[in-house]
Amino acid sequence: MYRILKMRQLTPVTRLYVVDAPLVARSAQPGQFIILRVGATGERIPITITDFDREAGTVTIVVQEVGKTTKWLAQLGEGDYIHDFAGPLGSPVELPAQGRVALVGGGFGTGAILTIAKALHGRPGITVDAIVGARNQDLLILADEVSANVDRFLACTDDGSYGYKGFVTGVLQEKIKAEEGYDLVIAVGPMPMMRAVAEVTRPYAIYTLASMDPIMLDGTGMCGACRVRVGGENRFACVDGPCFDAHKVDFEEVTRRTKMYKAEEKAALEHFEHQHEHEHECQCKKTAAVR
Amino acid sequence: MAKMKRDRHPMPLLDAAVRVNRFDEVALGYTLEMAIEEAQRCLKCKNPTCEIGCPVQSPVKDFVALLAEGKVAESVKRLREVNRLPAICGRVCPQEEQCESKCVMGVKFEPVAIGRLERFVADWERQHGFGELEPVASRGVKVAVVGAGPAGLTCAGDLAALGYQVTVFEALHAAGGVLMYGIPEFRLPKEIVETDVRRLEEMGVEFRYNVLVGRTVTIDDLMEKDGYSAVFIGTGAGLPKFMGIPGENYSGVYSANEFLTRINLLRAYKFPEYDTPLKVGKRVAVIGAGNTAMDSVRTALRVGAEQAMIVYRRTEHEMTARREEFEHAEEEGVQFNFLTNPVEILANEDGWVTGLKCVKMELGEPDESGRRKPVTVKGSEFVMPVDTVIMALGTTPNPILLRTTPGLQSNKWGCVVADPETGATTRPGVFAGGDAVTGAATVILAMGAGQKAARAIHEYLEKQAAVHA
Ligand SMILES: Cc1cc2nc3c(=O)[nH]c(=O)nc-3n(C[C@H](O)[C@H](O)[C@H](O)COP(=O)(O)OP(=O)(O)OC[C@H]3O[C@@H](n4cnc5c(N)ncnc54)[C@H](O)[C@@H]3O)c2cc1C
Ligand SMILES: Cc1cc2nc3c(=O)[nH]c(=O)nc-3n(C[C@H](O)[C@H](O)[C@H](O)COP(=O)(O)OP(=O)(O)OC[C@H]3O[C@@H](n4cnc5c(N)ncnc54)[C@H](O)[C@@H]3O)c2cc1C
Ligand code: SF4
Ligand code: SF4
Ligand code: FES
Repeated sequence: MYRILKMRQLTPVTRLYVVDAPLVARSAQPGQFIILRVGATGERIPITITDFDREAGTVTIVVQEVGKTTKWLAQLGEGDYIHDFAGPLGSPVELPAQGRVALVGGGFGTGAILTIAKALHGRPGITVDAIVGARNQDLLILADEVSANVDRFLACTDDGSYGYKGFVTGVLQEKIKAEEGYDLVIAVGPMPMMRAVAEVTRPYAIYTLASMDPIMLDGTGMCGACRVRVGGENRFACVDGPCFDAHKVDFEEVTRRTKMYKAEEKAALEHFEHQHEHEHECQCKKTAAVR
Repeated sequence: MAKMKRDRHPMPLLDAAVRVNRFDEVALGYTLEMAIEEAQRCLKCKNPTCEIGCPVQSPVKDFVALLAEGKVAESVKRLREVNRLPAICGRVCPQEEQCESKCVMGVKFEPVAIGRLERFVADWERQHGFGELEPVASRGVKVAVVGAGPAGLTCAGDLAALGYQVTVFEALHAAGGVLMYGIPEFRLPKEIVETDVRRLEEMGVEFRYNVLVGRTVTIDDLMEKDGYSAVFIGTGAGLPKFMGIPGENYSGVYSANEFLTRINLLRAYKFPEYDTPLKVGKRVAVIGAGNTAMDSVRTALRVGAEQAMIVYRRTEHEMTARREEFEHAEEEGVQFNFLTNPVEILANEDGWVTGLKCVKMELGEPDESGRRKPVTVKGSEFVMPVDTVIMALGTTPNPILLRTTPGLQSNKWGCVVADPETGATTRPGVFAGGDAVTGAATVILAMGAGQKAARAIHEYLEKQAAVHA
């Protein structure tokens, strides 16, 4: 059991948790993730490591509510326990010693680029731009933390309520054209965003990594559910990834594969919400959530 | 003595028509009367060759003799002195190739049903309560076991019985390895595995779940930072193979490991009470013909497939599955397509599987293994309409541990190189055994390797202590 030490609501549907997990904190590297199970009947879901503190033995994650498991997790707060918290999993992202780097984040991906920004921050010979996007200002997460760890913080919102008006790809394109471009681009966010980023950098042959989020089960290389076609070959995202060369990833296939359980996900959520109503009546929500 | 019974007592089975709709155990087990009667068939040989046929040298003659006298508690106590997982071995050991193949009774008649008797006494014990554990003086020396499969569990138990302080590090959230995630409930109820694991906990073995050694901690960390004097690697051979044919990434294509793990470890058959989803169509094709393929195809029937079939490029005679599993599958209505080789998976425009394109094979000249090599029959291409495809093509060791442990040598199949008698690897203090060393094999061979390694670790640590004294 893994104790939640801190919980912070970032947007109406996004929460940050600081979790007591000393062994994970001790080995965590940028680009890696954990797999958690909220309770004993729960599903195993992968979540990126947003930050870690080796001394304090804590790991920070940012989770966006999308379905049953993430909504179940959202019921937990400080002092509650997460049943399982395995990691760090995946290969750390290989970071350069010098050059110009753009970190592109969207949605929970903005949290995910924080570890990378921190690792690169202050390396001599490196400049880092963070290009992060959200629908509007209220949905932009961890702006202070990320901007403190990069050279330039370039935010964009769909409605122009903050920073540039438009998508992250627009800003990226503009920066590439106006300046000398980048040596490395790392994109973390929704699949369509990462795919669009890959298309922006492709004509310039800028090395681009995208953090894949296929459906995962064990996260240890045992099931193959997470296979992603990269350069025509099957790779397991939980062992060889999750970051892969974005110009070689078969985005269409991986996007299609993540939709495999749409109907079941809906059923799980309905079942959960139905149960949840009952629990409200009998006041046993807490125990059910912790179990 | 009563007149010798020539034939062994048959195993009572759940009726095929009933069992295909549920996960209840298929083999029901002997009654006390049946067990005693079967035990009385044993000749109490002076030289019990059955024991030589057992990779952990279970004391067959003794436990069977005690059972024959009706002393069940004593019988299981004697068995447990050597075999830590008798309820499991009694169910899944390929006895016909191990102990029973060496039983003297088998020369003229049927061999004594050793496995079934083992299962009986172990089940009896679980129902009647375990005996007290004898306390062991702690040596205050820490040993780490990596992986909680049968190899790791056996090694951990044997070391704990010698007074070592043992911690088992397991990547998943439960112990048992393949026993928990691979072998289905209807062959090996999970409660049995959980009970045996609890028994080890009572002996003082500590279990740390969610630790992927190589990522969460390295073997160097364990030995240098965390004070473990020796390490046993029992990480199995969990990496699934795919065929490399077109269409393998369509929705509806699973590795057997994924399919079975969803169901066994994560109880997807109880969705939505349990959260993990599973999608099984009406017509399921399982490619391969080993134990894993049989388990997958029989499981598919139990989770709602109307038709489930095996597709195998060789014939019935080359199948590696246990005969018993093949027969049970047939009884349950599994269809077998031998000499059939898949070449492509077809899908609709949403990427969902609609068919399996196959070619017919015929047997040609024998290959290096002596098996006649199947060759394609020209122009025999045809499409099998299916909506789910499960790849049960075998597994190889997971590379994570080797990649992250300097000085640990592997062979060309990715298996850890270890001495077959001691499990010693190329790194001092690090031992290995089970599927991680041999490639996919059997539960009892993994247990045998864990047992040998425990002895060798004990010897190694005694020597170390003598040097430092
Ligand atoms: C490497 C990786 C890192 C991730 N990092 C984060 C993160 O930092 N923060 C965050 O909020 N989310 C992250 N995700 C996505 C997160 O795992 C899913 O949102 C979560 O599994 C949804 O579960 P659910 O039951 O709430 O929703 P569901 O209703 O079950 O699913 C909603 C969608 O989530 C995806 N999904 C469902 N089950 C899984 C699964 N077992 N594995 C992977 N994806 C699944 C599917 O695309 C699905 O359509 C990451 C995914 C991966 C693979
Ligand atoms: C479906 C199926 C059916 C089978 N049926 C039979 C049968 O009927 N009879 C029979 O004798 N054999 C059978 N086998 C084979 C048998 O199960 C295996 O040979 C046996 O389990 C091997 O034991 P092991 O301890 O070496 O490894 P495993 O049982 O594979 O256990 C390894 C454990 O180590 C963990 N692990 C892996 N890497 C790490 C790491 N880096 N850090 C921490 N933990 C790690 C894994 O999660 C796993 O729990 C079957 C196999 C399968 C897949
Ligand atoms: S453990 Fe297996 S091989 Fe050994 S005696 Fe028992 S059934 Fe036979
Ligand atoms: S070889 Fe057969 S008959 Fe002889 S002791 Fe063993 S089980 Fe009994
Ligand atoms: S999640 Fe199972 S192999 Fe990657």
